[in-house]
Order: sequence, then structure tokens, then C-alpha cells
Amino acid sequence: MSGPGPVDRLRLGALGLTGRKGRAALSALGVAIGITAMVAVLGLSESSRADLNAQLDALGTNLLVVAPGQDMMGDDATLPDESVAMIARVPTVESAAATYATDATVRKSDRVPSAQTSGIVVAAAGAGLDAAVSAQLREGRWLDAATSGYPAVVLGSTAARRLAIGSLDRGVRVWLDGQWFAVVGVLDPVVLAPELDETALIGFEVAQKLYGDDLPPTTVYTRVDTDQVSATRALLARTANPSSPTEVSVSRPSDALAAQAAADQSLTTLTLGLGAVALLVGAVGIANVMVISVLERRREIGVRRALGATRAGIGSQFLTESVLLSLLGGLLGGALGVAVTTAYAVHQDWGVVLPWLPVLGGLGCSLLVGTVVGLYPALRAASVPPTEALRSM
Amino acid sequence: MSPQSGSVLDLRGVTRTYGTGSAALTVLHGIDLTVQEGEYVGVVGPSGSGKSTLLNIIGALDRPTSGQVLIGGEDLTSYSDARLSRLRGAHLGFVFQQFFLLERRTALENVGDGLLYQGVRRPERRRRAADALRRVGLGARLDHTPAELSGGECQRVAVARALVHRPRLLLADEPTGNLDSASGRAVLELFDALHAEGATIVVVTHDESIAARMPRVIAMRDGRVESDLVRGVAA
Repeated sequence: MSGPGPVDRLRLGALGLTGRKGRAALSALGVAIGITAMVAVLGLSESSRADLNAQLDALGTNLLVVAPGQDMMGDDATLPDESVAMIARVPTVESAAATYATDATVRKSDRVPSAQTSGIVVAAAGAGLDAAVSAQLREGRWLDAATSGYPAVVLGSTAARRLAIGSLDRGVRVWLDGQWFAVVGVLDPVVLAPELDETALIGFEVAQKLYGDDLPPTTVYTRVDTDQVSATRALLARTANPSSPTEVSVSRPSDALAAQAAADQSLTTLTLGLGAVALLVGAVGIANVMVISVLERRREIGVRRALGATRAGIGSQFLTESVLLSLLGGLLGGALGVAVTTAYAVHQDWGVVLPWLPVLGGLGCSLLVGTVVGLYPALRAASVPPTEALRSM
Repeated sequence: MSPQSGSVLDLRGVTRTYGTGSAALTVLHGIDLTVQEGEYVGVVGPSGSGKSTLLNIIGALDRPTSGQVLIGGEDLTSYSDARLSRLRGAHLGFVFQQFFLLERRTALENVGDGLLYQGVRRPERRRRAADALRRVGLGARLDHTPAELSGGECQRVAVARALVHRPRLLLADEPTGNLDSASGRAVLELFDALHAEGATIVVVTHDESIAARMPRVIAMRDGRVESDLVRGVAA
């Protein structure tokens, strides 16, 4: 004759839990917290990575930024005036647009002391700059043919905040290098060119009028053929400054973003570690509860042995109980982890990536934990002798 | 009295010693005992007489230190623990002084547990448990938990659990010890009725008045059978 079937074994295992609901819930909680932390942190890093990828897809990974490096003496170099035109002539370059930094300062009004620059750089924006860096306007409009010859300025997001520029509806002016400039637009943060956030951009023609024709380009934002990024990158320094290519730095901002995302992994690892510690504590809690349960239920074990339960049958009952307890925690933790991930992703405006793999991993972990910590209590239960049934109390 | 091959239970020179060396304590000294099919036997004796140990050994819950135990003619000496467990589940039924029902489970589920370890599936268990409960007069109490039943009813649930798999031998340990006299009498009347239907029953008790109603009474003292009487006649 065979023992109880699998469904009956599950029922037997669940019996110990339904009988002591409060205790079961509390001991499953430890595992639940551990699994929640692990699922949430993995889900969040997956969501943020997915969001970054989506962002990079939208912004493009084909932007190369050409900037002056340092000369052999360690002083700041400059790019030759004609470098923008030279770069634009490279066949694999789709477009090139530059900024031209000036020494000017910008202030909220003429009454603000001139020394108070707020760290804002005033630069002239070359044609096509907004398209090259995928800049989005939060308000107003970009410098165009009509405004680039007049005292008009577009502020980066940080610059606007430092100058306390609110709505542009009523016409806002700033004091820029001794004259009033109208603020025509404010940018959203520029992901691929964060330096523009702290910049006040003025029209190229105005800049030439104020600072002369030989304003050197500060940074050349270059969009290149997506399939030729590496090859083009190797060419750009020599193209920008044929006489001293070593004084040119070429960077790819999308790489920096990806590297930054990778750096965030250390936080993920730390939280994962904390989750693992919580899981371990939860596991010890379950083991503890199971050992107590075996001590309390010696009589029940004896009676079951009298009713025909084998040692293995008793052992499997308690092992099942432990696994169910842990799995309960795992399910709860998985659900909470998904909830946390979803809530945070929605809050951050990320696309919601349901962390199926971490959830499955969490369930697997809790299954493993329940089995491992249930083994010892199960062995103890199995070693309770059948004569326990008849022992006088 | 010679052991017979058709007997339900045979003990041959059964000794049980606890501990070893100078601390060794022999609780049973060479017990020989045969119970035939359909017998209704009381085992009496003061506490310390060894009757509980005897019950453990008859019930295959414990093994003798020496001697043989045969149930249904099968020598249990070489049985593995798992095989002994299956034998208990299939051929023995136990009724305990304190009932030992699971608190939060209904009468039907408690009785069904008597079939669980033989691999009987749930619908079949429920059907047979209901039959057994009707047989002990609790057909109207199937879904009551032990807390909702009187002590006498609980003990009848326990009897149903011990009967549900139609054991060859029903063993009871002080079955009325926790009951008031009326409930106790009802349980004993249930045993009488089961005996009349042909069940083989061994009841262990310290109460001589209970044993007096049984056709055969075995008196234990100091680990030995002091007397073995079949109503009015020495066996």
C-alpha cells in the first residue's frame, strides 16, 4: 500500500499553517521582506536600464562631442575657427553644430552685483545646435533667423532656475554683459549635453557683433552615421585640428550615460546583499518556528505514527510545512516587490518592466530556503517514536 | 495455552528492558499471550505493572527486547520501521484515553485520517469516515470539531477513526479514563456492540469494574501475567 498522495501531502503540510495562522504569517514575513527587497531592487534596476535604453534609442547613440583638450604645457587649448566646417565635410558626419563660449556674465538685473555670475556660461549657439543635441524646449522657442541677430537668449534648465526665471508669458529680460536680453526660451535638461543646462545661449550673429568674428568654437556637437561611429570618432580629432590633433578631445555622451548606469549597479548589489541578509534572518525564523512546532506536536506525531505514518511520511509533512511557509513568504515578497517596482517606475515616469525573472528567482530562493531550513525540523519530527502516542501526560 | 496460527495476536516470550547495564529496568518478563479472532480482552493491572508497555508492543509501536510478536500469524521481528508503520495503519486501530483528535478539524476529517496513510483518496476517505461515524452513532455530527462535541462524543469519533479501516485488532488505552460515568458507559456499550459484530478488541485499564464486563481478563503485575481468565473459566 502506498502512503498519502501528493495532494494529501500538501494538505497535511498546510494543516500546521492553518492551525497557527498568526505564527505562520509572522515567520513568513522575514522571508517576504528579503524577497521584496531583492525583487524590487532587481526590478527597479531593470526598469531604469530599460528606461535608459529607451532614452538612448530616442536620443541616438551617434552623437560625438568634439572639445578642446589641453596643449603640451597643460594649458587649455582652443579649436581652430574652421574646425566646424572641416568636421561637417567628413562624409560620415551627418551634421555638426557648435557652441562658442564667451566671457560674458548673465544676471537677473543690472542691480545684481557683477561678481555674482551664478556659474552660468554665456555661449553663442551655432546653427542646428538644438537638433544636434536633441534639445527640447520647456517653454518658448529656439533662436531662429529672426532672433539670432537680436539680444535674445535661450536658457538651459539649471541656468533658468538659478536666475529664478518662471513663466515667459509676460516677457522676461536678463542683464547680459551690460545690456538687456529677452528670454525667448527655456530648455528641458539636455541628457546628451548636460553642460548646456548651465548655459545661456545667444544668437551667433549677436555674439559676432559683440565679441568679434574670430570667436573660436568651444564644443562641436557632431551627429555621425550610426554604423560608422567608431571609425568617425578616430578621424575627428585630426579633422578638427590637423596641426595638433592631441589637443582635441572627442567623447561619446551615450557611453558616459551607460557607464553611469553601470556605476549604479553597486547600489543594486548592496541592496541585494541586504535583501539576502533579510532572507537569511527569515530562514532562521522559519527554522526556529518549525523546531518549536515539532516539540509542541510530539503527541500528534505519535498518533499519526499509530495511524500508519512512516518516518518518511512524518518528515515529509514537516518539510512540506516549512516549504509552504517559506513559499508563502516568497509569494508575498514577490507581489510586494512587483508593487514597489511598478509604483516607483510609474512615479519616475519609466515604462513599467515587470520583473518576472527576479520574481521567479525569488520564488526559487524561498523554495530552497524552506527546504534547507525544514530539513532539520523534519528529521527531528521523523525521529519522534510512535510510543509518544501512548505516553501518559 | 499454545499459540495458534489462526490467531490475531501472538506474543511469545516477550521481554522489554529499558536502559542497559546496572541501570537496566525490565518491565516485561517473558510474556506469552494469544488473542483469537473475535475476542474481547481486558488487560488490567496497577500502574507500573507493565500494561502500557505491553500495549505499546501489541500495537507495534515498540519492539520487544527479546521474544516474538506475531500479528495475523506474521512475525514482526524482522519488519522494518516503515513496514511496521504500514502494518499499524492497515491492521490495527487505536483509541486513546485523551482521544487525540486534531482540534480544528471536523469529526469527518479526523476519522478520515485513519485511512490517510493507506493512500486512500479523499472522496473515498470521506465516504468511509461518514459510514464509520454513523456506526458509532454520530451521523448527525460529521462537521463538528472536537471543541463542539462532548467528551463522550469525542471518544466515539476516536473509536470511529480506529475502526474506519476495518482493523484486525482494536486497541484501547483507558478509553473511559477521561469521561464521566455515563459517557464512559456509552463508549463501553459501543465496544460491546462492536464485539458482538465480531471485532477483536483489547482494552487496557486499571479499573477492575470495567474489565469485569469483558469475557476475558488478563491481570498484570510486576511485568508478568498474574492471571488470564475467560469468564468463570481459567484459560
